[in-house]
Amino acid sequence: MGSKVYINGICAISAQKTFDNTTFLEEIELYNDTVINAIDPNYKEFIPPASARRMAKGIKMGIVASKLALKDATLDNIDAIITGTGLGCVRDSEKFVSAIIDHDEQFLTPTSFIQSTHNTVAGQIALELQCKGYNFTYVHGSNSFESAVLDAKLQLEHDEARHILIGGVDELAPHTIKIHRLIGHIKAESVTANTVLNSNSKGAVFGEGGNFFVLSNEQAASSYAEVQAVKLFNTLNKSSVYTQAIEFLKENKIDHIDALILGCNGDVEYDSYYEGLRDGFSNVQQLYYKQLTGEFYTASSFAYWLGAKVLKTQSIPNVVKLNSVDKKSMDSVLIYNQYRGENHSFTLLRKC
Amino acid sequence: MEELKQELKAKIVEQLNLEDVAVEDIANDDMLFGDGLGLDSIDALELIVMLDRDYGIKLTDPKQGRAIFESVDTMAAYISEHKTK
Repeated sequence: MGSKVYINGICAISAQKTFDNTTFLEEIELYNDTVINAIDPNYKEFIPPASARRMAKGIKMGIVASKLALKDATLDNIDAIITGTGLGCVRDSEKFVSAIIDHDEQFLTPTSFIQSTHNTVAGQIALELQCKGYNFTYVHGSNSFESAVLDAKLQLEHDEARHILIGGVDELAPHTIKIHRLIGHIKAESVTANTVLNSNSKGAVFGEGGNFFVLSNEQAASSYAEVQAVKLFNTLNKSSVYTQAIEFLKENKIDHIDALILGCNGDVEYDSYYEGLRDGFSNVQQLYYKQLTGEFYTASSFAYWLGAKVLKTQSIPNVVKLNSVDKKSMDSVLIYNQYRGENHSFTLLRKC
Repeated sequence: MEELKQELKAKIVEQLNLEDVAVEDIANDDMLFGDGLGLDSIDALELIVMLDRDYGIKLTDPKQGRAIFESVDTMAAYISEHKTK
């Protein structure tokens, strides 16, 4: 183990007004829907119109969140950019594929094709920041963001970089929504956000967002938390989630945690994956967040934002409290996420 | 001809995603590239495909495009003369 890894800057663009780092979930939008969109910041303040006109929402969210995370970390540039995304630039993918079908594989235009790849966001951020360093995008279902974290963490621990921008980004697109409705991954009936865990129905409320962080191997005045450890599993039995969590904590010499952030989304088929942890850590402050953001492959990046904010401010907004335990001082936060029983991750954040 | 010019302006705004430009903002003789609307080489490709798809005109010589895409006036004149659909 080499250098420690710190979260020194953050920005979340989500279905809540989270892009303003001076607030912490003070104004809440309680949606009653099956699909919720991210609230747009004023993109024109951050991206020149000539560049912005070809960018779909995912790219814009990524660029603005990156710039605000860098500003939060009081940095002008970074050594590397690593993103995670489940579906990439799916709006332009849809446009391009639709054009192929509509025009019988002829008259294809370049813009949507150029902008449709999964690594477009990281590439456009690099162009905006003029960062010529390592640029990588992980696409691995609900472990996409955590894969980016792991890559950045290894590089920082081995002093291969000092500051790395990481982010999780996914956007909603009309055809994708239609398909996911058809296969029942999106709830059939609207649910009010604060009752989603009691909806007793299949599927999730879908969402989108871009959550970006500056990870550094130097602690700074702006530091939010230390990323002590991250561990990924492609498959995990429901019955072994709790024992794996305990094993993970033991590996990191932690005998207790102060808060547990869970990725439960109200899907009656898969929320049972969280039951072992909810029972096993019943004396720990438990938090949830997908009622605020919706479900998407990189929604767990919002859990990092939440954990970082909790550790820095030592406060927990009522809207994310999952149980009645009231912890006054928080030193360690465990994050657990999975989507539809696959791609599980544990992350340990520590106060710094 | 005036109808075609209005049609072209609407297509340019829509297909090139000119978010802050309205059809009324484009004069018939405004330069489309460079100092005028500020279109670039990717836009040129989009316009070439549009000519083929919507008017049945295939441009094979890139140098030809420079003169055709100078303004809405020049585009409309070329399309009127060469369109096949």
